[in-house]
Amino acid sequence: MSKKLLLKNDHIPNINQLAVYRQHGGYAVLENTLKNSNPENVLEEVKKSGLRGRGGAGFPTGLKWSFLARPEGVSRYLVCNADESEPGTFKDRYLMERIPHLLIEGMILSSFALGAKTSYIYIRGEYFYVARILEVAIAEAYAAGLLGKNIMGSGFDHDCYVQVGAGAYICGEETALLESLEGKRGNPRIKPPFPAVAGLYGCPTVVNNVETIAAVVPILELGGDEYAKIGIGKSTGTKLISASGHINKPGVYEIELGLPVEEFIYSEQYCGGIRGGRKLKAVVAGGSSVPILPTELILKTANGEPRLMSYESLGDGGFASGTMLGSGGFIVMDEDTSIVKNLYTFARFYHHESCGQCSPCREGTGWMEKIIHKILDGHGTMQDIDLLWDIQSKIEGKTICPLGEAAAWPVAAAIRHFRSEFESYVQNPENIKDIKHYYRLQN
Amino acid sequence: MTTSEQIVFSKESLEVVQKMMLRYPEGKHKSALIPVLHIAQAEFGGWLSAPVMDYVASVLKIQPIEVYEVASFYSMFNLKPVGKCLIEVCRTSSCWLCGAEDIIDHIENKLNIKVGETTADGMFTLKAVECLGSCGTAPMMQVGADYHENLTLSKVDALLEKFKSEDKQSRYC
Repeated sequence: MSKKLLLKNDHIPNINQLAVYRQHGGYAVLENTLKNSNPENVLEEVKKSGLRGRGGAGFPTGLKWSFLARPEGVSRYLVCNADESEPGTFKDRYLMERIPHLLIEGMILSSFALGAKTSYIYIRGEYFYVARILEVAIAEAYAAGLLGKNIMGSGFDHDCYVQVGAGAYICGEETALLESLEGKRGNPRIKPPFPAVAGLYGCPTVVNNVETIAAVVPILELGGDEYAKIGIGKSTGTKLISASGHINKPGVYEIELGLPVEEFIYSEQYCGGIRGGRKLKAVVAGGSSVPILPTELILKTANGEPRLMSYESLGDGGFASGTMLGSGGFIVMDEDTSIVKNLYTFARFYHHESCGQCSPCREGTGWMEKIIHKILDGHGTMQDIDLLWDIQSKIEGKTICPLGEAAAWPVAAAIRHFRSEFESYVQNPENIKDIKHYYRLQN
Repeated sequence: MTTSEQIVFSKESLEVVQKMMLRYPEGKHKSALIPVLHIAQAEFGGWLSAPVMDYVASVLKIQPIEVYEVASFYSMFNLKPVGKCLIEVCRTSSCWLCGAEDIIDHIENKLNIKVGETTADGMFTLKAVECLGSCGTAPMMQVGADYHENLTLSKVDALLEKFKSEDKQSRYC
C-alpha cells in the first residue's frame, strides 16, 4: 500500500531545480508524448486512468476534459487551482514547493491534450514564497525550450503564468477563481454555463487542482490502464493526504487509495499514532467541510467493515455514519478535544469566508458562529442546539456555490455525533472552563 | 503619501507592472489588478489608501470603483494603516488544536495590544487570520511573505526581537 507516484523523488536534494528534475526522469513523459502521441490519446489515457479531481469534489478528470467546448478560432484555457485554502489541507503547497516542475510538466501535458495555448496557475496570495518558486521553475522551463514556441520541436506552443490571489477561500471555487483571475471580486458565477463552455474571458476553460494536474505525468508514464490498477475500485491511483492535529508525525503523505484509516493513523510510516499516547476522539478526514466522525465510525463503517482511505469507503453510510475523502485534509483530535470549540473555529472561518452573495450563506454563517460562541460563552440553551441544526439545514442546497454546504456540513455532523457535548456545555457551563489552552505550549 | 502627485510607482515597479499586463490577452489587462495591488501595498506603506487605489486605477486604465470593490473583498489588502511589522497568527482548527490561542495571548501580552491593534510606536500590528495552509506545522504565523512554523513561546520571543532590530516594513512581495 505504499506506492509513490507524485512524491517518489521529493527526498532528492534540489529536485526543485530543472537540471536535477531532468536527471531523475523529469520531462521525459512530455518529450515522449509530444513526439509519439497526440491530444486525443492523452485524453483517452486520462479517462482510462479513472483519475478523479483531487481538490475535493472527486469528479472524473477525463470526463471534465471531454466537456471542453472546441469552437473554431476561440482560445481555450487551462487554469490550475492552487488556491488551497480548505482548513487542514497543505498538500499542494508541499508539492509545488518541493517539485514545482512536476506541476509544470503536468500543465504542459494537460494543455496539449486540451489544445490550450495559455495556462494560469492561480495560487493563494499567502503562498507568496511558493509563487516565487514556481516563477523560477517556469523561467527555467522557458530557457530550456519546455515552454514558449514550438516546444521540443513539436510545433506545440504554450505559455504558462503564475497569478497570485489575495486571501479569499471562496476563490478555490472554480468560477470565483475565474472571476478573481479576471481582476474582480471572487463571487461565484451561476452555472450553467460551466467553465468548459464559458470560463476565463468567456472562453472554454478547464480548471483543475494542482495534484490532479501533477497526476497526469505518472498516468502518461504508466499508461491509464496501469494507473487504474493502483488503488481500489473507482478510487484509482494515489492521493496526497495532509495530516495534522494531535498526531506524532504531521505532514504530507502519499498513500495508495484503499489504505485502512487505522493503519494511516497508527502506523509509523504515516501519522505515527496519537500524541502523548492519548486516545483518539474524532477525525475530520477530508478538510474542514466534510463531516467529522467519532473514533468508532472513522475506524470502521456502521457495518463493522474497516474504513479505508478511498472515496467510496469514507462515504460509506452517507452522512448518517460516513464522511468524504474531500481534499485529503486529515485533522486528528485526541480524547480531550472540545469538538464544539473546534467547530467554532470552522464556523468563524466560514463566516469570514462567505462572499456575501447569497443570503442563506451570508446570514446563516454569521448566526451559526454567534450561536456556537454563545454556547461556549456559557449562555447557551437547549433550544440553541436545535436552532443551530435548523439554520444549517436551511443553508444546504440554497446557495449559488458549495460554500453553503461546506459551512453547514461540519455543524450538522458535530451535532449528529457529539450532541451530548453541546448539551453538557449548556447544562454545566463549568465544563467550558477546561477547554481553553488545554494544549499548553512549551517554552 | 498625502497628495496624489506623490504617488507614483518606482521605475522598477512600473516595469514589472507593464510586463505583467502582457500576460493576458489584449484588452484583458484588468486581470493584473490583484498582483498590481500587492505591489502598490508593498510600495506605499503596507496599506491601500484611496489615492493609492486611484493611482492603480489610472495605471490599469480602469475606473477607481473597480479597484475599491476588489481591494475591499480580499483579506490581504489593508484599507487602514498597519504597523511596519504585520503579524498574522493562524487560529483555525489545526492551529487551534496545537496551541494558537497561547501564541496570540502571548503576543498580546508581550506587545501590550489586542488582536487588530497596532503598538503605539507603529512597529507591530497583530492580526488573527484564518487557515494559511500550515496545518502540519502548527502553530504558525505569517510575517510579510515569510511563514514561521512550529512556533513555541520562546521562538515567538526571538522572532519579535529580530523584527524589532530589523525595523523594516514587512511585505508580501
